[in-house]
Amino acid sequence: MSVSPLSGIARRRFLAATAVAAAGVVLAACGTAGPGGEPAAGTAALTMWALNDQTVLKASVDAYNTDHPDAKIDLQLYANDDYKQKIRVAFGAGQAPDLFFNWGGGGLRDYVKAGKVAEVPTAVDADRFTPSVLKTATFDGKLYGVPCNGLAPVVLYYNKKVLADAGLQPPKTWDDLLAAVGTLKGKGITPISLAAGSKWPTLMWEEYLLDRVGGADLFSAVEAGDSTAWTKPAVTEANKLLRELVDAGAFGDSASSLTYDQGASTALVYTGKAAMELMGTWEYANFAKAAPDFVKSDLGYTTFPTVPGGAGEEKAIVGNPSNFLSVNAASSTEKQAAAAEYLSKYVLNTDQVAKFLDSGTVPPVMDLERTLQDSTSPDKDWMWFVYDLVNEAPTFQLSWDQALPSTSADPLLTNIDKVFLGQLEPERFGQEMSKVAGS
Amino acid sequence: MTATPHAGRTARRRRVSGAVMAAPALLLFGLFGVLPLGGVLVLGFADWDGLGTISWSGADNWTAVFTDAATWDALWLTVKVMVISWVVQTPISLALGVFQAPAARWRAVLAVLWFLPLVLSAVAIGLAWQALLDPSFGLGSVPGLGFLAEPLLGSPDLALYTVIFVIAWQFIPFHALLYQAGVRQIPAALYEAAAIDGASRVQRFLVITLPQLRYTLITSSTLMLIGSLTYFDLIFVLSGGTGGPGTATRVLPLAMYITGFQSHDMGRASVLATTLVVFGLVLSLLITRLSRFTAMDSQQEGLT
Repeated sequence: MSVSPLSGIARRRFLAATAVAAAGVVLAACGTAGPGGEPAAGTAALTMWALNDQTVLKASVDAYNTDHPDAKIDLQLYANDDYKQKIRVAFGAGQAPDLFFNWGGGGLRDYVKAGKVAEVPTAVDADRFTPSVLKTATFDGKLYGVPCNGLAPVVLYYNKKVLADAGLQPPKTWDDLLAAVGTLKGKGITPISLAAGSKWPTLMWEEYLLDRVGGADLFSAVEAGDSTAWTKPAVTEANKLLRELVDAGAFGDSASSLTYDQGASTALVYTGKAAMELMGTWEYANFAKAAPDFVKSDLGYTTFPTVPGGAGEEKAIVGNPSNFLSVNAASSTEKQAAAAEYLSKYVLNTDQVAKFLDSGTVPPVMDLERTLQDSTSPDKDWMWFVYDLVNEAPTFQLSWDQALPSTSADPLLTNIDKVFLGQLEPERFGQEMSKVAGS
Repeated sequence: MTATPHAGRTARRRRVSGAVMAAPALLLFGLFGVLPLGGVLVLGFADWDGLGTISWSGADNWTAVFTDAATWDALWLTVKVMVISWVVQTPISLALGVFQAPAARWRAVLAVLWFLPLVLSAVAIGLAWQALLDPSFGLGSVPGLGFLAEPLLGSPDLALYTVIFVIAWQFIPFHALLYQAGVRQIPAALYEAAAIDGASRVQRFLVITLPQLRYTLITSSTLMLIGSLTYFDLIFVLSGGTGGPGTATRVLPLAMYITGFQSHDMGRASVLATTLVVFGLVLSLLITRLSRFTAMDSQQEGLT
């Protein structure tokens, strides 16, 4: 099924038609299921766990429940930090839900390896999703997750007014960036806002730098388990660039005091105390919520600068391709059938895509051009930017801490933080990481 | 007292009824204390990611944990937190306790004020201090407090001391309360006698108050040392869950949590947990031995 550009009314009619087809009951759309109606395709009640900020996804469950009043999905929502632990413990104890929200990559691979996850049901038409996104949930050629929310590449945000006041253009190359850092610092402005206290925001710099310097293949080798890849010269080179930026004072003195969840790193940009920030596309929604006027007039965004002489492509991106919904392998056949019904007809269907676009998020669905063209959303420019960014990207690298096995994630973040703090020499970063990967 | 047959029976009956009365507590302790502890000990010899099957790995986890410099760093940080916390908290708690002990309304009002941190949850305290110490938007942005616009939580050199300060802020009221109760137990007659003998305030404090507070000091110190050994939540929140910057605040309990629930290496996390338990046991045994804490009971019962 491809997503067709429908107007509001047509879309609603189309949805009603889908609902009717799904329920197999002609009157279901009117909310009065006739006594003689056929049972719905999914007859088993399901449990599903997701994050509590997934309001659009929740609407898809509500739609499913309206169509399947006798066998609803019981959706439990959790806060970000507890969720990963909770789902892990639940699977270990055999108490896991039928459908669960995840990040794909190394985390999901753990579950697949342990035989906890069923392949995506054949009823789901995988061709309608962006291929680079599906790769994140594909292991040994089999797909284990259905994309369920927006694309989240990492982009460089900037405060247009701050850059203009300093007589600067958004940086296109590494040298531009260094020059901008020098100018901004001279004006008493923190050049780049970074929540280094949370460590993963620093990782975003490292990911882009290694990609620009060493090309996308280098990290693919690490991901494939080649522990010698960490000791390639490009890794040291990337870390030296990061140090160069830190030593130039790009992140100010207080970056390590900021944790992302506190919101100070976001606030620094919209209050004009900092000029730029490298962050995932979810930050746009944070800006819009905290400072709507800033988004209208002064928020700029661009791709990560190129590094002269680097092996990487200038349009390659890193980030979180999207989140996924996966099916518990231990669920009964009936439940898996019901899950297939939900995943194929309710997840990222026309209505969901429209809802995501309304919220300024671009879902990983093919052929969105016409929908975007017809959009009247104030965030239209932003959505085009994200859509083109992903569509034109030769590679879309999943965040390293998500892509690598969970045993590597903490040493990775800690070592990068140590490079950032000057506690670990750029030359030694690769050695430390290859030790972890080899053990 | 001579042992008559009657008395023997009473003693036996008392012993039996004592066992019956202790049974529920022992059962709960066994179920929620000893049993999980045994599980952790066993898991220390296994390889488990919390998902797949458990496989035995012999002493691999133990050698891996104890040859890892990070473990010793964490242990050293834990000892640092313990010792510095004790050195900072004890004199202040003692002073506040002695201050708020005499009955006076204004003292009571002040006592209530600085008791407040104890009522708050550690997470609330952590988030509040994180916001207060934010160099751009926190206390440092208030005119006149510019000297606080330092990366107190972000500098690898300062972060641990900042954390110890916030822990002290949270727990000093509790220990002050202990000392207050201790001071109020001291018979007034002692002070009256000393006053008649012409003892000065300082002399009265050094010769009467301090010695009389000996057991309070031991209780408070034990709670402080064992408490900081296992302290987790506030450090977790203040460091954004990472024990950072770098590993500057990654104490042993936090290292255990990160190994177990972020790296999903339950075997090594269990080794760290066992280490923590052994450390705690040895420490509390040492304190009770060195301070002859158990002698307190026998004094009360008049048996020695």
